[in-house]
Amino acid sequence: MNEMPNIEQATAMTESKISADKVQVYYGDNHAIKDVDIEIQPRSVTAFIGPSGCGKSTFLRTINRMNDTIEFCRVEGSIRIDGEDIYDPKVDPVQLRAKVGMVFQKPNPFPKSIYDNIAYGPRIHGLARNKSELDDIVSSSLQKAGLWDEVKDRLDEPGTGMSGGQQQRLCIARAIAVSPEVILMDEPCSALDPIATAKVEELIDELRENYTIVIVTHSMQQAARVSQRTAFFHLGVLVEEGPTDNIFTNPKDKRTQDYITGRFG
Amino acid sequence: MTDSTLTPEANDTSAKAPAPSRSLYALDDLTKKRNAAEKRFQAYGIAAILIGLLFLVVLAYSIISKGIPAFTRTVVQVEFTITQEQFDAAEKELFKTKAYERFFIGALQGQFEESGLNVPFDAKAIERIVGKTGGTIREYFRANPDKLGEPVAFELAASSRVDGYMNGRVTRETMTDSRFLQASDLDIVDALVETEVIKTVFNWNFITGADSGVDNPGGAGIGASVIGSFFMMLVVLFLSLPIGVAASIYLEEFAPQNRFTDLIEVNISNLAAVPSIVFGILGLAVFIQFMHLPQSAPLVGGLVLTLMTLPTIIISTRASLKAVPPSIRDAALGVGASKMQATFHHVLPLAMPGILTGTIIGLAQALGETAPLLLIGMVGFVARGYPDGFIAGFTEPNSAMPAQIYTWAARADFAFYEKAWGGIIVLLVFLLSMNILAIILRRRFERRW
Ligand SMILES: Nc1ncnc2c1ncn2[C@@H]1O[C@H](COP(=O)(O)OP(=O)(O)OP(=O)(O)O)[C@@H](O)[C@H]1O
Ligand SMILES: [Mg+2]
Repeated sequence: MNEMPNIEQATAMTESKISADKVQVYYGDNHAIKDVDIEIQPRSVTAFIGPSGCGKSTFLRTINRMNDTIEFCRVEGSIRIDGEDIYDPKVDPVQLRAKVGMVFQKPNPFPKSIYDNIAYGPRIHGLARNKSELDDIVSSSLQKAGLWDEVKDRLDEPGTGMSGGQQQRLCIARAIAVSPEVILMDEPCSALDPIATAKVEELIDELRENYTIVIVTHSMQQAARVSQRTAFFHLGVLVEEGPTDNIFTNPKDKRTQDYITGRFG
Repeated sequence: MTDSTLTPEANDTSAKAPAPSRSLYALDDLTKKRNAAEKRFQAYGIAAILIGLLFLVVLAYSIISKGIPAFTRTVVQVEFTITQEQFDAAEKELFKTKAYERFFIGALQGQFEESGLNVPFDAKAIERIVGKTGGTIREYFRANPDKLGEPVAFELAASSRVDGYMNGRVTRETMTDSRFLQASDLDIVDALVETEVIKTVFNWNFITGADSGVDNPGGAGIGASVIGSFFMMLVVLFLSLPIGVAASIYLEEFAPQNRFTDLIEVNISNLAAVPSIVFGILGLAVFIQFMHLPQSAPLVGGLVLTLMTLPTIIISTRASLKAVPPSIRDAALGVGASKMQATFHHVLPLAMPGILTGTIIGLAQALGETAPLLLIGMVGFVARGYPDGFIAGFTEPNSAMPAQIYTWAARADFAFYEKAWGGIIVLLVFLLSMNILAIILRRRFERRW
């Protein structure tokens, strides 16, 4: 009687990369995330969609504890990555962020050379023992981000001097360089034109082989194109979560349906 | 529709309907008004700038014209020979210096005869022009006996009245005969100028020398107080930069936002507005009377000025830290940098130009500060010589440039007034170079993001 659910829970835990349980987030008195439970599958892309201000970014940022930098922000409940509670007092957020990388809405390369942008993470984490190892990390990260051919002759030029799309892929390469297991992306294409967006989407699709990716997007087409699973947020509540196809073709909740058909948002 | 077009009102509007395409060539009243207002505003702006420039020019002109004489001095150059026999004879006389003076006067007479001038003069007049010369000449030959028998060129400083006559401070009309200078002496001076015995040369002593006594404006130099200012600035730089930057980084990047930090913030802003003399009396009470640090020492001056400079540096550093886009911090934290790494690797370098500019402006303010220094005893007349050694530079009594200038300006002899203006020029040169340094550093560290 009692054993069955336990086994189920155990298998669920080994299957999912990230599992959130009754997560609440408060900004002061503002209850921004309410009772969110979600299982995020490894080596897949999960999209967060929902109207503006519904808490997508907030929830995304709880996954690598970027909310710690906001003083009056409080997180309750538990978020486990590979079964380990990341809000456990023993966990150092800095170490966590090396494992859970992040790509931001606006491309934010360091005002340094392209090379240094990529090399910074590996340097502070001591991932390379010497210059040639560091060179390898830089070139392989840029290759994975599909940027290598465009920048291999100008690695010492400033990263801020590239086009917006290139900058965003540079930021993705920078996140990859510290070999994370999870990559969080908050509207990574919102500042990009359709061609640059297509490139980034292609890249996300390739990265899925090796990384667990969570992406926030306002574009339902984008969610449909890149993600395997989709989660719909509304007013701080996770309304519905499931395989992307199901969410878009056969939503269970009225609110999801309304949002997808463009009735609000 | 058709109905409505028949009503007179509708007709009216339809008649006006083509009119709405008002010509773009004809300006309407509102546009005219707006353009006039804009023109007026520009005129005000240009007028304001011109007034500012005018003041600047007047200031620069008066400073330079009044200060330049401090950089020149009038000397009497005479070349003559004293043989061994003459030296021995002079050493046997009762009034030895008088004997040497005779050599000098003889040489002058020789110069006059050579150039065919005929101006009567006596020993007293010469004494009024160059002071007592015998002693100097005697000292020289006693120190350098090997120079006996060969021609030696002597360059003796002319008296301050003659100096004033040479640079226009003393004129025949304004002077009155006194035991310092008589009208007839000026004829001699004119003649000596003509024979190039009296010359105006660059006054190195003003730049390298120390303060002289009240009765010797000619010998006064600003060098010693420049050194005093230098050591004070060292203290200010090495205390206020690290303390100020550390405090601002902590407040801006790490400190929790609460009542206590708000209080600190308000107080730092208040501190920046406290008059400098308050810091001076605080320094006197705390550093000298309570901690018994040496009086008039650049170390104490530096400590007082550090207190004054800290708020400036903290405010400008915090402003430049705030100006660094938060996305840079996110980027660094996002790849797993700690808060300190993010601050020191990314935020601080970007804030550097602002921090350096603020620091240099703070230092420049401190360099020009006078009142607190007077309170802790760094007055001008203390700067009577150079400190011996680096450590002594901090602890030995000294003055600073502005205090020295103040002391000179307060002295009775008009020649010191000239020195004060000269001192102002030196001070301004220092301030200008510091500002130029600030601009250069700014350019060098500035990066795009
Ligand atoms: N730094 C913050 N401080 C205070 N409140 C915040 C902060 N960030 C977000 N919030 C609040 O949390 C709620 C959710 O915001 P969040 O940014 O997560 O929305 P979002 O779904 O990402 O919206 P968008 O699609 O516009 O980016 C909002 O009510 C917002 O006002
Ligand atoms: Mg958002």
